[in-house]
Amino acid sequence: MSGFDVKDPLVVIDRDLASFNVARRSFVDPEILEAERERIFSRCWLYLGHESELVKPGDFVTRQVGGRHVIFAKNPKGEFRALLNTCAHRGARVCRERSGNAKSFQCFYHGWIFGLDGNLRHLPDEEAYPEGFKDRPSSGLKPVPRFERYRGFAFVCFDPDAVPLTDYLGQATEYIDIVADQSEAGMTVVGGTQEYSIRANWKLLAENSYDGYHAATNHATYLDYLRNTNGGLVNVALSGEGRDLGNGHAVVEYKAPWGRPVAQWIPMWGEDGKAEIDAIYNRLAERHGKERADRIATRNRNLVIFPNLVINDIMAITVRTFYPVSTDYMQINAWALAPSEESKWAREYRLFNFLEFLGPGGFATPDDIEALEQCQRGYANATEVGWNDISKGMSRNPPSYDDEAQMRAFWTQWNSRIAGAAA
Amino acid sequence: MTTVTRAEVEEFLFEEADLIDHWRLPDWLKLFTDDAHYYVPSTDVAEDASAENNLFYIADDRFRLGERVTRLMKRTAHSEFPRSKLRHLVSNVLIRKIEDEVIEVGSVFVTYRSKDGQTDVYFGSNIHKLVMGDDGLRIKEKRCILASDGLRPQGRVSFIL
Repeated sequence: MSGFDVKDPLVVIDRDLASFNVARRSFVDPEILEAERERIFSRCWLYLGHESELVKPGDFVTRQVGGRHVIFAKNPKGEFRALLNTCAHRGARVCRERSGNAKSFQCFYHGWIFGLDGNLRHLPDEEAYPEGFKDRPSSGLKPVPRFERYRGFAFVCFDPDAVPLTDYLGQATEYIDIVADQSEAGMTVVGGTQEYSIRANWKLLAENSYDGYHAATNHATYLDYLRNTNGGLVNVALSGEGRDLGNGHAVVEYKAPWGRPVAQWIPMWGEDGKAEIDAIYNRLAERHGKERADRIATRNRNLVIFPNLVINDIMAITVRTFYPVSTDYMQINAWALAPSEESKWAREYRLFNFLEFLGPGGFATPDDIEALEQCQRGYANATEVGWNDISKGMSRNPPSYDDEAQMRAFWTQWNSRIAGAAA
Repeated sequence: MTTVTRAEVEEFLFEEADLIDHWRLPDWLKLFTDDAHYYVPSTDVAEDASAENNLFYIADDRFRLGERVTRLMKRTAHSEFPRSKLRHLVSNVLIRKIEDEVIEVGSVFVTYRSKDGQTDVYFGSNIHKLVMGDDGLRIKEKRCILASDGLRPQGRVSFIL
């Protein structure tokens, strides 16, 4: 493979011909991955976690975000903190547990002890250091350069000069609101994380997460399952629109035949379930009015916040992030999000619903994984067959949920960040 | 009072593994009772966590387990086409307790999966809840507790663990 030169086009658009092509080199060239690390993962706002994961002061979780090791914690005053998990002294990760509750973090290497705000509280043989050493900012755990939250979703950014989070999210806030508004008491991350991997380039999962075009063939067995479950599909056809939200964010919003715990009933849930779903819907209508309640309850939304936060509000709500380890291998974390006040029945059916489709043991995600891995294998032929076609529905207005406008939004932003020019 | 020997239980588990390894899933399904459950918890929850309030990888009731088998036997189960080659090794079998006619059996599994020139290893513990039926042992619950940190690099559970 030749060296990466930003002058070689990676995204080629011809509006007159309604063509939109992405170079397959974008999925295999290590220099492009390096450029992504520098120009995307070190510059964009990235999802850290959800506020509901930290309940009490002292609660923490550790995560890898954008290649960095980060501690997401609640300090003794109940304030959220995001600290870089590396000792100021020699660099060891000071917290090696994935979650817990702590009054402080002690580095096990030389014993430096840090507070939940990152301040260095104690170091053995302090007399060997100059006076005031402990209080220097450089002696503490460094906070991430930027840390902001929106409606329960916490983000970090490693670029100190980045725009504020809400400016970055832009029109995507409308869709985060639709998720947050499903609860009166606040949405919560349900216990249990799906941690898996795909032997494919990370951008393939961004595309796949809101690809409405692949359902009929790639997920044929899932659609078969829905038919068997309900004695025929619920009388709701797949239909809806794709929308470019700016800044690389995009969404598809559509009706679909599966059950939604907030709030679309299916026969499998029986009469008791109908009463539950009706009550959830009525509460939504009281709070938000019928029009918004209908939108929340009966529409599905697959949202990708550039570059790598997926919030899919479908047969359950999944929040998913993923990062490249190499050009052809990514690691994924996926969580289930739910209204914290929902009934035992609703929670149980939500999770049952989640697993029928979603996740590496579901009836659909494994076939997505297979598709992405087979695409990656196909890119071994990139020298001879060099371009992906992302043109579906380019001259349709508005674009359908199963067109590719949402992917064009992603790639346009990706290209402007990597090639440094708006496409 | 139910009585059973470890040898009988082992033979049952070995036969179960053999059915899965040879993709005889409709026969495998017959090993389950009508009220059976099949669980693969996520790897960051307690081993006895409930699927009613924790996100698992798999939490099937008997109906969905049947649908899983139906799906996996189709060519359109793309993740398993062509089918992966599997070998389940089952070891460290212990009868943990017998209570209300339910025999709780612990075992350790190591499963190799090969597909497209890629081999992955899955390992962990199984907890089978067995009952003695008219024609031998049946599975009331099977819980596969992966001992790995997540599903990395295996990525998926698209076959029967």
